[in-house]
Amino acid sequence: MRENLHRFFRAARGAGVHVSPAESIDAMRAVAQVGISDRAVLRDALLLTLAKSQDEKLALGDCFDLFFSQPEPRQDQPEAAGEDHAAQGEDQPPSAGSASEAGEGQPSQGLGPLAQMLLSQDRNAIAAAIASASGAASLSDIRYSTQRGIFSSRILDAMGLQRLRDDLDQLTATNPSLAERLRAALDALREAVRDTVSQGLALYAREEAENLRNEILRNAPLARIERRQVAEMRALIRQIARRLRERYSKPRKRQRRGHLDVRRTLRRNAAWGGVPFLTAWKRKHRDRPKIVALCDVSGSVAQVSDFFLLLIHSLHEVVDDVRSFAFSSHLIEVSEILETKSPEEAMSEIMSKVGFGSSDYGSSLVDFEKEFMSALTPQTTVIVLGDARSNNLDPRADILRRISERSKRLVWLNPEGRLAWGFGDSEMPRYATFCSVVRQCATAQQLERAVSDIVATYQ
Amino acid sequence: MADQKASTSIEAVESGLAAQGYIASRQIATAVYLSQQIEKPILVEGPAGVGKTELAKAIAAWRGMKMIRLQCYEGLDEAKALYEWKYAKQLLYTQILKDKLGEVLGGAQTLHAALDQLHDFGDVFFSKEFVEPRPLLQALEQPGGCVLLIDEIDKSDAEFESLLLEILSDFQVTIPELGTVSAITPPTVILTSNSERDLGDALKRRCLHLHIGFPEQRLEERIVESRVPGISQTLRRQMVGFIHEIRSLDLKKLPSVSETIDWARVLVLLQASELDTEIVKDTLNVLLKYEADIEAATPQVTTFIAKAARSNVFG
Repeated sequence: MRENLHRFFRAARGAGVHVSPAESIDAMRAVAQVGISDRAVLRDALLLTLAKSQDEKLALGDCFDLFFSQPEPRQDQPEAAGEDHAAQGEDQPPSAGSASEAGEGQPSQGLGPLAQMLLSQDRNAIAAAIASASGAASLSDIRYSTQRGIFSSRILDAMGLQRLRDDLDQLTATNPSLAERLRAALDALREAVRDTVSQGLALYAREEAENLRNEILRNAPLARIERRQVAEMRALIRQIARRLRERYSKPRKRQRRGHLDVRRTLRRNAAWGGVPFLTAWKRKHRDRPKIVALCDVSGSVAQVSDFFLLLIHSLHEVVDDVRSFAFSSHLIEVSEILETKSPEEAMSEIMSKVGFGSSDYGSSLVDFEKEFMSALTPQTTVIVLGDARSNNLDPRADILRRISERSKRLVWLNPEGRLAWGFGDSEMPRYATFCSVVRQCATAQQLERAVSDIVATYQ
Repeated sequence: MADQKASTSIEAVESGLAAQGYIASRQIATAVYLSQQIEKPILVEGPAGVGKTELAKAIAAWRGMKMIRLQCYEGLDEAKALYEWKYAKQLLYTQILKDKLGEVLGGAQTLHAALDQLHDFGDVFFSKEFVEPRPLLQALEQPGGCVLLIDEIDKSDAEFESLLLEILSDFQVTIPELGTVSAITPPTVILTSNSERDLGDALKRRCLHLHIGFPEQRLEERIVESRVPGISQTLRRQMVGFIHEIRSLDLKKLPSVSETIDWARVLVLLQASELDTEIVKDTLNVLLKYEADIEAATPQVTTFIAKAARSNVFG
């Protein structure tokens, strides 16, 4: 049982549940208390000790159900005799069944253990043999779907396929009908083993596969990901947001020892007649980030803007105040759309309002200056996301200068590579003179770094 | 054998809690049983009003133990949760003993000798006499054990969480002047959280994690039955069915078990024999706590009553 639990812990890690050694010890102790006879109780006990959140509970529950569902060898035998046997075997309790089978099974004498087991139709024994053979073949090491074949054959070898083949050859000569039955049983066995291996793949390979996929996704250019990957990318962005939240959500209290807070000290020591037993020191309060984001949603940049807005707006705990604006040929505020709607709906609404135009940075900046300049305070970080390709229209860099003067920092994120800046209709060099930071931002990883740096300046 | 014992003990927990008027699901009972057996605290999460705090009360009542409650809030610190020195008493005593001090130090010729003599008196003023035990220390000092309820842990600061770690894993606290105080009998610890913020992994690791959601219809009916015995069976079924329909709406705050019980009491008071649109609309403010929610639910009332009545026929 201990072996099984260890394999279950590995499977649980694969399902995304963090199982530390201490937790596995707790789970072992819990299982020792509740026993293993009642599956519902065992499930509850494992869920209580291992899972630490509602999401983990769901994942672990699925994992438990998958882990403890044993694929069983099929019972469909073409011969009538075989069916009789099967029916008999099912009616009787497993141990008695195998005993009686062995007693009456005259023709199976002289055969290998695997052949005898198959002929006796003892499902429990076969399932147990498959389980122990997959242990011997270390099925829990399976990582990729291409390994299925080799693991199947390893398990069959461990079960004694060689001996079974010899038996088959021998029987074909002496007892053809029995050989036929054995051959059918062998096919059923192969199928069962294949199911076991598929199940093992689903259980143990998930972690590895997921890591690999996420790694590829993190470094894929956001503007060119395929439609089917968008959902995965959203999940990844949410993960990134969670990580950033955890890192920056606690406002760091920095006690500045040295400056006595006289008022608080007196109040705190009022009970002792003002004799200062406890001292209170002045604290320095840090600002929470205020962000104004201007996002280009024209053609090529739209996808990047989408993910950027999703990221910024899932940072509620870290960033108090975000105002987002979207533009292509003109500019509108989109904060409310993003706050109230689901990401998919919000993006399609924004696109229908301002998207799909050819981008005009000049007139969009004019729109911003006219209506929203008051949104900027000396604590604000302004983030512009765009490729700065203004279709040879007036870039109005003077407005950008004024924006930069009114705000704490001006960060430009450009999805294009540095090489392309300044070529064609790109106005990047002209804008760059007024920006505190200009950086490339084309992949999820670069996006994470950029946002992380922006938030970190407020810590 | 052990298995047999375990499942009967879990049933015993279930019936024990039921005797106190707390209808526990199998999962809750398993958690309570396990926490006793492997001496681990239970961290209970779930929406407001599903009976997280009630669970602790029921356990205390069932096992005849004292319940010590620590309500968490922002800014809660050691001095309010663990222990505090009785400064005023210390000050008073030094004043009173001032005269005695002369006698004690009378024989000493030099400053050094006086200091040595003072040392002999040891840390009189930093002894148990002058410690004011707060809930956490109180819980450790109960000779017969107790149920320690740390309520709404998510409201406290992250620093306070770290303070709890020693108590939760070893049932002991360290007071610098006194040394380590271990529990006489390990208390049963229940922590509750409304998931307002994510708790630290270190804290979660030390606890059994129990999530109490909204109960299933049958379970909720049993809860209402035990809490509001005067209600008729038909009405009970109808109202619980109605509440389950309400929970399928997208509301700011879904009605939870405590609201169900309140509503049942109200309906009994109004001597309703079955649900009708009129009475539901009049009492909807018991269930829903936001004006916007009431507005969203009102047009649906008639359909929901019909649905609840229909499921009643089949159920």
